[in-house]
Amino acid sequence: MTPLQGCLLVSALLFAIGFAGAVTRRHAILALVGIELMLNAANLNFIAFWRYGAHPEAITGVMFVIFSIAIAAAEAAVGLALIIAIYRHYKTSNLDEVKELKG
Amino acid sequence: MSLPFIIIAFVTLFAAAAAMSLRNLVHCALALTVTFAGLAALYLNLDAQFVGFAQILVYVGAVAILIVFAILLTRSGDSPNQAVLAPGWFYGIVISATIFTALGWAVLNSGALPKQILAAPEATVKSIGEALMTKYVLPLEVIGLLLTAAMIGAVVIALKEPAKTEDSGRKS
Repeated sequence: MTPLQGCLLVSALLFAIGFAGAVTRRHAILALVGIELMLNAANLNFIAFWRYGAHPEAITGVMFVIFSIAIAAAEAAVGLALIIAIYRHYKTSNLDEVKELKG
Repeated sequence: MSLPFIIIAFVTLFAAAAAMSLRNLVHCALALTVTFAGLAALYLNLDAQFVGFAQILVYVGAVAILIVFAILLTRSGDSPNQAVLAPGWFYGIVISATIFTALGWAVLNSGALPKQILAAPEATVKSIGEALMTKYVLPLEVIGLLLTAAMIGAVVIALKEPAKTEDSGRKS
């Protein structure tokens, strides 16, 4: 197993863990945490392909990860603000109890 | 594969599994911080110094704190004996296991992955900064705009809902 395959396997397992958490947990914050883990798995893929790919002197992979981190930070901020607003409105952060769109 | 990589990968994956399976939300946030730190160590192990330290700054420093604050702000009403898993969790586990099997099979059997290992590439802060200021200057500006919009949006969303102003309107 080459180092690239090792990185890709770690990333795939991280993605699977994040997906399982985002789908199966009831708490809204943990669903968001699962999404963050999936984004980080994608970032690890970018870095692995940059490091072991054909043209590492072009720093495209690093650039992609930097922008991806910035977008993930924005997503986390807006998502947590939404969760706080939902909690204030419904008095719960359990995703199964937030069913109605009409306030 | 080197020994440090294996150790860091095991710590990262174990902490990720803990973050997704523990009952106590604060413990979940702590395990998540360990996961982010492990990912930063993986980036450093892969010779991406700038990304590794950016990961520590953004995720371990900011996102983890944000998540802890959100947990503390939304925690009071829940009874602790509630079921942790959503109904239908079994299918979620099966689907994620299928995803991992498919990805792992593809990774292990792909012929397109480069076989030879090149020398460690140079991605100094200087070269990254030059690229950000020349080739990637438009994405940089757009990202700045996006972050500003996200910050304002988060503040507006999380503001208190305005109290009903009918009574005060009548009084005045």
